[in-house]
Amino acid sequence: MDNLLWIFISALLVNNFVLTYFLGLCPFLGVSNSLETSARLGLATTFVMLVTAICAWILNTYVLVYAPYLRLICFIVVIASTVQFIEMLIKKLSPALFRAMGIFLPLITTNCAILGLAIFATNRGYGFWEGIVYALGAGIGFTLALVLLAGLREESELSNIPQLIKGTAMNLIIAGILSMAFMGFAGLFSSA
Amino acid sequence: MKKNQSQEEFIKGIWRDNPVFVQVLGMCPMLAVTNSAINAVAMGMATFFVLVGSSFLVSTFRNVIPKQVRISCFIIIIATFVTIADYTLLALVPGVHKELGAFIPLIVANCLILGRQEAFASRYPTKLAVMDAMGMASGFLLALLSLGAVREILGDGALFGVNLFGENFEPWVIMILPPGGFLTLGVILLFFNWFKYKKDEFLEDVAAAERSES
Repeated sequence: MDNLLWIFISALLVNNFVLTYFLGLCPFLGVSNSLETSARLGLATTFVMLVTAICAWILNTYVLVYAPYLRLICFIVVIASTVQFIEMLIKKLSPALFRAMGIFLPLITTNCAILGLAIFATNRGYGFWEGIVYALGAGIGFTLALVLLAGLREESELSNIPQLIKGTAMNLIIAGILSMAFMGFAGLFSSA
Repeated sequence: MKKNQSQEEFIKGIWRDNPVFVQVLGMCPMLAVTNSAINAVAMGMATFFVLVGSSFLVSTFRNVIPKQVRISCFIIIIATFVTIADYTLLALVPGVHKELGAFIPLIVANCLILGRQEAFASRYPTKLAVMDAMGMASGFLLALLSLGAVREILGDGALFGVNLFGENFEPWVIMILPPGGFLTLGVILLFFNWFKYKKDEFLEDVAAAERSES
């Protein structure tokens, strides 16, 4: 139990996917201009991460023991098609949920955060439950970083800043400061 | 004429359409592995190999690949090249491979590579596609190297592991840690913005001068 909690907190704060591993930066910088969109994108990402963790575990346990060099190709193909399938399923079963995160699902399938999650979980030899908890932590951590940046960006729209620094340059510097703040969590576990 | 065009495709990737500084693509590996110049070069070389190889294949087979499943085909081709690069690095430079870790397989998810296949390689003949891929990859390598060098010099007082400033240099550790990556890239982009702004201003001045003369 302790172990699972540690994995969760570590993926959520200490080793936040966006701010310390630099994964999933494209949506992080591209979509984070409004709070609502980024919350929905975060929700969709967390969901895809859960699916990914399950897929990765199944592949690792039953298929890739025989052919480790096919790992990358397998991961991509299986994850992309599973997500596509689930997207269709959600569309049929719950149109409201589909509207909330539907358009984002195919977009984030080949996001590096998703693939990174599968590869990290494999490299660390996580089991089924560990993988799921790791995916949850990483997904919520991703959402947290996205929402924080979106909030800051919405504020900065209203303030008077030099024309020169507007856009990606400022977003990166804001992200740098956020990342510095997250480094404070590194002391949370002395054993980490 | 033919030669000029392929030269043009090569050069535009390095400067005018630089994938990182102008198009802001491929940020994830860009920031994650540039804490030292040597890692940046290894990453750049791997990306170069993957991009050129997959552009070559995609543009050779561009008439065979059905339109509806082209993205999946591109991804499988890219993933194959990444696997080759991964195992080659593991065999040749195990130390660097260990440090880059999960970021070599993650070249697959680099939007720069898929973007070039979709926008260029699947539409143009092989020779142009390879030149374009080489230009883009060199631009990417250059960007990685400049970011990695700045971070290593400031954060470690060294370049390619060679000590530059002697013993009295106090390393600026934050530059090697994650926030340094964001800050350095932010400042470099700021410089590019400034350059563009100045250039526009200059062109406007020239235009104004011409108008007043006539």
